[in-house]
Amino acid sequence: MIPKKQLTIAVSGLNNIDSPGPGIPVIRALKESEYFDVRIIGLSYEALEPGLYMHNLVDKSYQIPFPTAGIDALIERISYIHQCENIAVIIPNFDAELSNFMKLEPRLLAEFGIKMFLPTQDQFDERHKSNLFDFGLKHGIKVPYSKMIFSTAEIPGLLNEFTFPIVVKGKYYEAYVAYNIEQIHSYFNKLTAKWGLPIIIQQYVFGSEVNVTAIGDGNGNAIGAVPMRKLYITDKGKAWAGISLDDDKLVQIAKKLISSSKWRGGMELEFIKTAENEYYLLEINPRFPAWVYLAKGCGQNHPEALVRMALGETVTPFKNYEIGKMFIRYSYDMVVDLKEFEQISTMGEL
Amino acid sequence: MKIKKNIAISESGFIFNPTTGDSFSTNPIGFEIIHLLREEKDKEAIKQSILSRYAVDESTFEKDFYDFSTLLQNSQIAED
Repeated sequence: MIPKKQLTIAVSGLNNIDSPGPGIPVIRALKESEYFDVRIIGLSYEALEPGLYMHNLVDKSYQIPFPTAGIDALIERISYIHQCENIAVIIPNFDAELSNFMKLEPRLLAEFGIKMFLPTQDQFDERHKSNLFDFGLKHGIKVPYSKMIFSTAEIPGLLNEFTFPIVVKGKYYEAYVAYNIEQIHSYFNKLTAKWGLPIIIQQYVFGSEVNVTAIGDGNGNAIGAVPMRKLYITDKGKAWAGISLDDDKLVQIAKKLISSSKWRGGMELEFIKTAENEYYLLEINPRFPAWVYLAKGCGQNHPEALVRMALGETVTPFKNYEIGKMFIRYSYDMVVDLKEFEQISTMGEL
Repeated sequence: MKIKKNIAISESGFIFNPTTGDSFSTNPIGFEIIHLLREEKDKEAIKQSILSRYAVDESTFEKDFYDFSTLLQNSQIAED
């Protein structure tokens, strides 16, 4: 048996809440790696991210500046953390922080030897919600018609292009289904206040939602892809339970998309499957989903594969996955000492 | 009508469609009918099998079989 390689990996997305970040599932998959014996450094934005206090999974945590603080503040903080921890790989897990990390990827490698495995800026921009319709046309994948709007003055004109129901989406997160024009106004204001402009208007497609967690090697090869259907959905639209599917057509669409876009890194594809067995791509998330641990449970450890590729290893694509594996989330109350909360709040590390 | 090849059916009557992720439970009679369909028995053969073993008249079987087969098709467990 080959001894496992010891590695320090920094992971963000520790907000294991009702709308969970992918950090903790990614960490769990890494802790169960066959190749690595990992020490996990948590990167957090807020003192109440539950992952901070999960000491069985996260060995040490550091606060990092919010993405709006810019790349200089981020690299300064990473530099300090690296001095303390000697980080080998960083896995950022928030959409909103990815842009900064992508800009810093060459510098982190050159100055500190820290490796990442992220999509390129072009890939990141191309799959953005506001560009997704054109992305679908380019790569031959069906996407519901959508357009960006920047003002409520544009809302009445939408009725010439869309029929109700209409999906109103925030720039980064959240989406609502509107059944009349008043609801579009209301959701526009709600989402603008939270995520800014633009707002994406998308034609609603009837069907069942199916998702894929996947990973590409940046050369057009899909290293892994596991399709899942949500069985229990929270009021925020998040999966509380799901099951892996035997859906080769969906896997082939994901592989085609990765091949055509030469996607680099983890991703989540969200589709609607219609009664006619047609698939409409709703969204591409440029990082692992919060349910990525199901892929590990099905025999495809995507976070482990990502780390191996970040280290420059050649990874053989997974051939199979277990069908009919379920995940079911649960909530769990941790009792923590106020001292810990004080330490992360005042010192920025725990 | 045929049961789709990838449908998983356990001895307890639990049915799982791995394509859609849907799962169902059926009673022993339903389980038996699904097994007969899997053996590619036609409706007449299934009718004879059920009528010979259970206290049911032909018209009741016809009605219930129609309902059940419609359910199987709507649930994407069976196809023509």
